[in-house]
Amino acid sequence: MLKIWSMKKEQQKSEVAAGSNKKKVTSAQLRVQKDLNELSLPDTISTHFPNPDDILNFVLTLTPDEGFYKGGVFTFTFAISVNFPHEPPKVTCNEKIYHPNIDLNGNVCLNILRQDWMPVLDLNAVIVGIQFLFLEPNAGDWLNKEAADDMKGDRERFYRNVRSAMAGGTVKGETFKRVLKAKPGEKA
Amino acid sequence: MAAAAVPTTNGSATRRARWTYSDRILSRPGAYVDEEDGFVPGEAPITSVENARILVIGAGGLGCEILKNLALSGFKKIDVIDMDTIDVSNLNRQFLFREKDVGQPKATVAANFVMKRVPGCTITPYVGKIQDKDQDYYLQFNIVVCGLDSIEARRWINATLVDLVDMENPDSLKPLIDGGTEGFKGQSRVIFPTMTSCIECQLDMHAPRAAVPLCTLASIPRQPQHCIEWAHIIKWEEERKDVTLDTDDPEHITWLYKKALARAQEYNISGVTYSMTQGVVKNIIPAIASTNAIIAASCCNEAYKIATTCAPCIGMPGQNNYMLYTGDTSVYTYTFEHQKKDDCPVCGNLPKDLVVNPTSTLGDLVESFAERPESQLKKPNLRSEGKSLYYSSPASLMAQTKGNLVKPLNELLSDGEEIAVTDPAFSTVFKYRVHFS
Ligand SMILES: [Zn+2]
Repeated sequence: MLKIWSMKKEQQKSEVAAGSNKKKVTSAQLRVQKDLNELSLPDTISTHFPNPDDILNFVLTLTPDEGFYKGGVFTFTFAISVNFPHEPPKVTCNEKIYHPNIDLNGNVCLNILRQDWMPVLDLNAVIVGIQFLFLEPNAGDWLNKEAADDMKGDRERFYRNVRSAMAGGTVKGETFKRVLKAKPGEKA
Repeated sequence: MAAAAVPTTNGSATRRARWTYSDRILSRPGAYVDEEDGFVPGEAPITSVENARILVIGAGGLGCEILKNLALSGFKKIDVIDMDTIDVSNLNRQFLFREKDVGQPKATVAANFVMKRVPGCTITPYVGKIQDKDQDYYLQFNIVVCGLDSIEARRWINATLVDLVDMENPDSLKPLIDGGTEGFKGQSRVIFPTMTSCIECQLDMHAPRAAVPLCTLASIPRQPQHCIEWAHIIKWEEERKDVTLDTDDPEHITWLYKKALARAQEYNISGVTYSMTQGVVKNIIPAIASTNAIIAASCCNEAYKIATTCAPCIGMPGQNNYMLYTGDTSVYTYTFEHQKKDDCPVCGNLPKDLVVNPTSTLGDLVESFAERPESQLKKPNLRSEGKSLYYSSPASLMAQTKGNLVKPLNELLSDGEEIAVTDPAFSTVFKYRVHFS
């Protein structure tokens, strides 16, 4: 042990002092901060941090301006564990939605949130992935079977059902909440 | 002369009878070490083993082996931390436990068992989490040996030991010996915190947990495990959203088991059992007793060599530090040097000291970063451990933090606190320890 300490002192000459009892920024925080630096969000996506000091938990709001879900407002809770980026962020949709890849409890089927997650992926990749699910729902990999079958069977009918769910209607026995963005001058 | 090397101090001459043969290693010159390495055969290394304070983290499959090996190697002052209680499924390999111990804390039972078998050895158990303990606690030990199954816990103790290193105090450098196994595979590694590649540097050696696509669980389960994961991830949320799943609560596991079984029957899948449910939900990695024995043996030999200097250990700077053992395709072992990463968030990039006027504003500081030659930041994000100081991205956080720019630093930070600064123009993180002038 004496030898290792003399090596340490040798090495230290070229470095600055370490060691302090003060709390250090954690590696998960560092990585999320870096990812936030590199976010490039389109106008249709915004973030909200309920506690701005806690960057590991935030809400993403998506307001698609094209596709089946145009005009809707959808929010996603991002919960990032201290094990990030070793583990993917946990993402759930807060609104009940009629979507082949999102079940009625808000679970999201996106490959990079689960089986294809890699620590080199960043929050931008996850957000792009979610955005893509709204432009191109994938009836092949479904979480909501009825929505997937509907979409595979007749895209027109699926579109009408999506719109009626978003307007707060009932689709196949499930009642949805209205998630349409209020137009200027319209009551929310 | 040989007799002189057998110490007779501290009581009876038979004090070290149990270690007569291992003491010969310590009382004769070593083939690969000399005085320059700090090895003086005789009483000194023997005292080192007796007095070394060893912390063992984990009293499970590896932990049982490690505690047994350390005690039988002559270490006398051992502490052990484990938060778990003994489950009946542990008894096949965690040999310090008996059926009567089921439900008791692992740390306590393991400590008592080994102390009974090896008189003179004191093992102090702590039942709880490593995170419960502060720096002063970890400062007491000379060597830390980990036998854990959690990456999170490894990362935590690693970061803690890196933090502990204080140039004023040689004893603050705690060698970390880490063992891990998964089936027929395992590794043991030695880390000298801040000096050699740390667990965070080596994070790429751990494959992320294999996961089944969510849609497979929902749509086409093919294996009994898929039905269990479905009950765990989807059904629980659906029906018991307000209850936090406790994987140690038999009622919760039974509920999942029944749901999984019903689903398996629906899809004509056989093999769902209660213990499989428990294994999948708790992410129990298949453990093989003899792999644990191999890895623990290697960890404990390194501890012995570090404590006594009787032979070169792995892990010295510039030397091999990682021993990989693979038994699943024939047998292969390989020892290599895992390089320290310059951009390692834990050990790679130690904070620079930065002296500031405590009454100057955060805005002044951000501006000074824009001018500093090494940074020249354009769109910085800044935080301390507890506070988002200023974020220029995303827009919502900028709106929430820009008010801090006009605040004096002593309102936002305490003297000596660390801040981390990032900027899209740089891949590295700039860390500073802020000192008030
Ligand atoms: Zn490192």
